[in-house]
Amino acid sequence: MAELRESLSLYRLLIAARVRAQLQYRTSFAIETVAAFLVSFLDFVAILVIFSNVPQLGTWSVAQVALLYALATLSFAFTDLVIGHLDGFPALIRDGNFDLMLVRPKGTLFQVITGDFQLRRLGRVAQALLVLGYALNTLAIDWTPDRALVLALTVPSGVLIYGSVWVAVICIAFWTVEGREAANAFTYGGAFLAQYPMNIFDRWLRRFLGYFVPMAFIAYFPALHVLGKTDPLGLPAVLQVASPVVALAAAVVASTVWRFAVRHYQSAGG
Amino acid sequence: MPLIELEGVAKDFVVHRSAGLLRRDRITVQAVRDLTFSVERGTILGYIGPNGAGKSTTVKMLTGILVPTAGRVSVGGLVPWDERIALARRIGVMFGQRVQLWWDLPLVDSLELLRHMYRVPADRYRHTLASLREALELDPFIRTPVRQLSLGQRIRGELAAAMLHDPEILFLDEPTIGLDVVAKQRVREFLIRANRERGVTVMLTTHDLADIERLCSRILIIDHGRLIYDGDVNALKERYGTERVLVVDLEEPQGPLEVEGGRVIKVEGPRQWIAFERARTNAAQLAAAVATRANLRDLTVEEPEIDDVVRRIYLETRP
Amino acid sequence: MGLDTLRLDWELARRGYARYAAYPAATIAGVFVNTVFGFMRAFILLALFEQRDHIAGYDASATVTYVWLGQALIMTIYIFGWQDLALRIRSGDIAGDLIRPVHPLRASLAFDLGRALYHAIYRGLPPLLVGALVFRLVLPADPLEWLAFVISVGLAIVVSYGFRAIYNIVAFWTTDHRGAMFLGAVAVNLFSGFIVPVAFFPDWLAALAHATPFPSMVQLPIDIFIGRATGGEVLGTLAVQLVWAVVLLVIAERLFAFGVRRLVVQGG
Repeated sequence: MAELRESLSLYRLLIAARVRAQLQYRTSFAIETVAAFLVSFLDFVAILVIFSNVPQLGTWSVAQVALLYALATLSFAFTDLVIGHLDGFPALIRDGNFDLMLVRPKGTLFQVITGDFQLRRLGRVAQALLVLGYALNTLAIDWTPDRALVLALTVPSGVLIYGSVWVAVICIAFWTVEGREAANAFTYGGAFLAQYPMNIFDRWLRRFLGYFVPMAFIAYFPALHVLGKTDPLGLPAVLQVASPVVALAAAVVASTVWRFAVRHYQSAGG
Repeated sequence: MPLIELEGVAKDFVVHRSAGLLRRDRITVQAVRDLTFSVERGTILGYIGPNGAGKSTTVKMLTGILVPTAGRVSVGGLVPWDERIALARRIGVMFGQRVQLWWDLPLVDSLELLRHMYRVPADRYRHTLASLREALELDPFIRTPVRQLSLGQRIRGELAAAMLHDPEILFLDEPTIGLDVVAKQRVREFLIRANRERGVTVMLTTHDLADIERLCSRILIIDHGRLIYDGDVNALKERYGTERVLVVDLEEPQGPLEVEGGRVIKVEGPRQWIAFERARTNAAQLAAAVATRANLRDLTVEEPEIDDVVRRIYLETRP
Repeated sequence: MGLDTLRLDWELARRGYARYAAYPAATIAGVFVNTVFGFMRAFILLALFEQRDHIAGYDASATVTYVWLGQALIMTIYIFGWQDLALRIRSGDIAGDLIRPVHPLRASLAFDLGRALYHAIYRGLPPLLVGALVFRLVLPADPLEWLAFVISVGLAIVVSYGFRAIYNIVAFWTTDHRGAMFLGAVAVNLFSGFIVPVAFFPDWLAALAHATPFPSMVQLPIDIFIGRATGGEVLGTLAVQLVWAVVLLVIAERLFAFGVRRLVVQGG
């Protein structure tokens, strides 16, 4: 526990130092934040354009899809804020800089995660919050304690799921540097998939990216519960409240994969 | 008890060499073989050898970055790769060509973060930082982001970072590479002081013979993954480093010069390389002899390269 | 312009091709990602046709064909952004390009055409083939339509180059070329018809898009392929692309000249 508190306070210091450094370049920061906002907004524009042609998408209304989109994007945006720099991890391995993390008195995963923090990524968070506001405002949700609880747990669970997927797939870099771009199919691909109703996708895509890589638990299942909507796929209702459990399981798998990969690095060497 | 102990240490790497688009061949490379030595507290140890000899691999095994394929390693009573975090608190590491400091942050912020990472108490931090600022002359650039520092400034910053938690052992990989003469001297003086005043044990790899001469009380030479020399610097120089080379530029090209005590080993236009034994003659006598036979424009003396020394030892020790 | 210059263009284009051909593993990984996204985008747009048979003149096959052609164009025209020229300007390497006998923009365009050919073949065709195996795509029946499509893609590459060059040239004035690149990529994604066909847009947005060069990069070649433009319309479409190619290249050239003057007057 003391160990955790110490790590968190160290992380807070790291973030504070970074934010100070980034705010030195105000124009850069402003432009890149706005750009992040707009890039993220594009996906939602696509949804709006689709709904200007049809009233429903696989039984989901525009506000319902907006809720899916907002939950998925918010989870993705926070994950991106915390560990978006993991895209550069293969370069870290290639240049041998991972060695430096092994000679410091902290866990390697902690050091990798805290290795950067780009405040401009808040642009995406802002955009997702706006859409969430729109969705909650438009949908007449019949609030009950369990629905509120499920909604509150959705984004933290989503962050843990995305983060776990991200960490697990970048472990490929311990074996091959070229694997990075292929991993985008899981990270960015999964994030894109989660913005839409699972039931519009073909079965094998659902099984693979929805359940095996558990993207369906990021927004689809919890949204069904919050909306009191019948699952068009007819899957057991317990799945709709299972996201936190799935997230913890994903985290366990990811940290196991990470430890295995680091042990491989130490015995193979680079 | 020695501070560092290695016994029968070996390290194999499996390399995949691409053979065509998707096919790969597996090759096993023996980076280090049957390495046994120990280091007493307070030593400044030079660990030298040609590129690819296994120097970095050894240092990585001692710091817990790599696990050996065979053998036993103990650093400060710890098994490095099993007790990595406990060991990390007691050692300082600097790789001359890698940036350990946070690239985008001012140096002082990096040091402050490291203080928390290494759990250095506030008052001891203040004291250590003050002495490091003085010894490494950090003040002019301590508030500058690391990416804007010159190489020499950055190396000084890296040394401060490595020393901040008062390590017992300092592992340095090519600490002076790329530095100018003044900066090199400053780094060496700092290391000598740290060793004398704080009793820090230092193990450094280097290509710079001057580093070894000025710093090391003991040297180990490794080649093709095997230890081929263990002893002090003077003994090495007496035995193997006695040959110097005088390089002379003549007014006009001519045939190899015949001079007492020297022998021409290479001729390239008007330039000639003359090898001589330091025990038999010296550069001044030789230059005077050359001047009587040809018009001399310029001359320089080449120190023996570490690679040459290693090659000579290797030839002698080969079975 | 002599034969020597054309010979130089050819050599540069070959280098552009070879530079990307050197990383087959990266190509395979990229194809995999583009293909996975292609499936997701196809299923999303197909869900629209559960309710209607036609949307703005598209049927299900035409829409799926649109998706896979779009995936094929991602790298061919660098939909998500490009900053090679900006990096050369920032690093000062551009000064070295200025003393060569060929205009730096022309050299960079020649290089980019070679690069685009590689990407069209190795990043574009494989996802398109996968799409054609799994879905029923609309294919041009007439060899002339194929020819028009190939010409149209060629023009799309030049138009995209002109626009990319413009947002790269801002690096002469600002250190924030990355921001300019992101904003440029946003405009391309939205108005080119890459994320959804321009015909699906509300009328006002479609009209706005058609007033820009962006549809020339994605939507117009696709229109030719899926037969939305036929006969004389094809020539009209190609003419629109040609005009935008010339306009953007001229703007890029003028801006570049201003940038160079600034570099010469104020130093790098």
